[in-house]
Amino acid sequence: MESVADLVAAEDVLLFVNAAVAATGQDEFHTGRARQEWSVDFLHEYMLVNYRDLYAAALALGINDRNKAQIVLRLLRTGADAAPAQRRTEGRLIRRALRDLPASRVYRLFTALQKAKVNNRRTRAVMREWLSARPDLGFEAVKYRGAFKRAAVHAHLDLDRLPGDAGEELAAFLFAPMKAGRYRTPLFETWRRAHHERAAVFALPYTVAEGFAAAHRIPRSAFLEQIAPRLTRNERLRLQRSGGAAVALDAAALGRMPLTRLAAYVLAIPEEEREARRGELTGALRAAARKAAGDRAGTWGAVAAVLDDSYSSSGSGEKRRRPLAVALAAHFLLEALAGEYRPLWLSGGEDALLAKPRGVTALGERILDALEGAPAVLVVVSDGWDNAPAGLAAEVLRVWTTRLDPGRRTAIVHLNPVFDADGIGVRRLAPSVPTAGVRDAEDLPELVAFARFGDGRAGIEELRAAVDARVERWLAEEEPWGA
Amino acid sequence: MGRLTFAGLETRPGQVWGGVRLVPLVREAPVEGLRMHPGALPEAERGRGDCWYVPHGLTAEWTGDGSGVPEFGTALRMRASTVRGSRRPKSGFGERRTRVRFLPRRSALEAYLPLAFQAPVVAWPEWSRRAFTRLPPQPDRAYRGSLVDGLADALRVFEIHPGQCGVLVYVADALAGVLVTPCPDDYRALHPTLIEDAYGELIWRYAMLHASVPEFAPRLDASAVASLADLRAQVDAARRGWAEFHGGTLAAGLLDSEYHFTETYAMAGFRVVRYRPAFAAGGEAHVGEAILDARDRPAFLQSFRLSETQVRRARLLEVLAAREWRLDAAADALGLGVPAFVALLRNSDLDWMLRRDVADHHLAVHRGQ
Repeated sequence: MESVADLVAAEDVLLFVNAAVAATGQDEFHTGRARQEWSVDFLHEYMLVNYRDLYAAALALGINDRNKAQIVLRLLRTGADAAPAQRRTEGRLIRRALRDLPASRVYRLFTALQKAKVNNRRTRAVMREWLSARPDLGFEAVKYRGAFKRAAVHAHLDLDRLPGDAGEELAAFLFAPMKAGRYRTPLFETWRRAHHERAAVFALPYTVAEGFAAAHRIPRSAFLEQIAPRLTRNERLRLQRSGGAAVALDAAALGRMPLTRLAAYVLAIPEEEREARRGELTGALRAAARKAAGDRAGTWGAVAAVLDDSYSSSGSGEKRRRPLAVALAAHFLLEALAGEYRPLWLSGGEDALLAKPRGVTALGERILDALEGAPAVLVVVSDGWDNAPAGLAAEVLRVWTTRLDPGRRTAIVHLNPVFDADGIGVRRLAPSVPTAGVRDAEDLPELVAFARFGDGRAGIEELRAAVDARVERWLAEEEPWGA
Repeated sequence: MGRLTFAGLETRPGQVWGGVRLVPLVREAPVEGLRMHPGALPEAERGRGDCWYVPHGLTAEWTGDGSGVPEFGTALRMRASTVRGSRRPKSGFGERRTRVRFLPRRSALEAYLPLAFQAPVVAWPEWSRRAFTRLPPQPDRAYRGSLVDGLADALRVFEIHPGQCGVLVYVADALAGVLVTPCPDDYRALHPTLIEDAYGELIWRYAMLHASVPEFAPRLDASAVASLADLRAQVDAARRGWAEFHGGTLAAGLLDSEYHFTETYAMAGFRVVRYRPAFAAGGEAHVGEAILDARDRPAFLQSFRLSETQVRRARLLEVLAAREWRLDAAADALGLGVPAFVALLRNSDLDWMLRRDVADHHLAVHRGQ
């Protein structure tokens, strides 16, 4: 039997992990970015001070990139507080986390380190190690020029001795770019020529080329047509609505996109067009879902899902329709995972492809409808603002678990894509039902597995064991670093 | 005299944001043959090159035969004037007005309230001069919705029910205003304009003082549940319980009072009425406009809550008007002496309507007592 302190500790950790999955530092439907930043910062500080080892281990728990970077920043800033053994584990976790993060995130983190004036030996070593292991430094120096320069200066990087072809010219490129004359490195030379030659613009990365295209007054359509081969996958998906025929993707290419991003793209399409391209879009979503499900496809048995398409799932100006996109992606993923699947949208709509954020969040009644078939798994994807009436879902779930299903034959999980700044965490449906934050629907199977700790019955020891196991697995994937 | 009802409308669970509670009203089917449009001006009245802005002015449009009214601006209409009368519409076609405009609520308040208050016909020039040159006295001022703390956010995050045709706005659980429309589409169009409405000083003050109100979370009786059907029955009971509680308690101040109805306009199957309560001390007082159908069910309703001070002033003016401004008779009717009555007028900022020497005399007597 655990003590109260143990239960509280487990609750704190879960609260933090859920928040760190869902909180992205952007405006949400109900609360703005400023309040969210305040409460997320509080959570980070609280965890760092009270459960430093678990705080570092959170890097392995599938939290979102922004919060990973936040954790790394705080760990590096307060290295002096950690014991040597702790520091060693942290070092491995940080190294592994940086390897997973997108390069743009890491450069932003380095800039944040510089702004926060964190420049201890450990920080410099981490930065140096990461930078010298990059496969193509020349490319990154061009694409993230400002951030790269700041990082190089901040980490006291010995530019001349960096590996790769670009090494010798990096210093000149960063600090006196137009004085060195011709470069031997092709990309640097292209960048230099792009200042006065139109043709060179199209050999640069898209984000860099955009600036030069504006300077050369190249019309947008012509620019996109020629830059199209150099677009990355996400850039191409982002340009689908505005880019025209030059960047258009066919159904098969759409199907290879990440599921949640694809769902967000589908929801951005006007309704008539969605209707007209129904076959193509549904096919792409199914393909992406099958890919995300992998070999777990069809193994979940009877699954029911309550999916939130109420007005609040329209998100905010910064996160347009994000909660709805997660619900739509979860719909297709669960369809792939389940043997027998029953989706229930809050609006009562049957057609997932035409989902639109409208109406009230009457979770209680929909959950009741979903329980009617006594499914093996019930997944609720909602922001948790039950309002017709407020608190009915909690009551229904309470009575269900105490009176009708005390043996828990139906596993109920609530996934919440929205961080509630006022509640400092993700909103829960009921104390008896585990709630997990969700950022991308692709993580749904892991979240459902992890959510069993969230019903308030697991203590800190059990949780710590699970976290340690996961950290071990995660670090075992670590590859030896080059050079 | 009569009462207001929400016949034809069902109450749905309210949504709380901070100190504001919004209770939706839902219609089974929209009222046929009547639509309300926000800020729609008849084309003919629009001057060439003019720029118009009517904040929250409403237009009611109806058809005589009860058929549906098209969305504003989407119907083809024959132009009323044609060349040499050759294709001039039959007489009576052009004149049949099926559209009437309402004043924006803010102006409506200023225009109609004096009427409801029986503003002094005998002292009209003075009243009018004062109204033009000075702001109305503090308690009479109405506050725009954007000044009411938390109302903007509450309206923004409110989730509109399917089929919703109305809303009751509570601030710190005091009924601040009501809007009922004939058709759900009209409600969707008018929902954001609630922020441009006027709210009384009382509501503005409550919004500042009360940061939150409790949710009325339903309680289900677990011991009575043995199957899913039982659970469903409990949920239905909880819903009915809320509707009863709302009608009987929260909205009681509006629904249980007796109102004077003044008929102002007759449409085909509907009539436009203004209503005001009998101004009694200690109760809620709501004034407003409504469009009622033949069976007195509201197709459109707009309501404004008066503050205590406004009610007191209204009561004094009513008494004075009923006694043709004879001070002694009016004081008698209230069971007061004349000096006390004049002091009351002074406290309500109405003494300037009396002759200066008369007012001063009575006030001196009152002070002497």
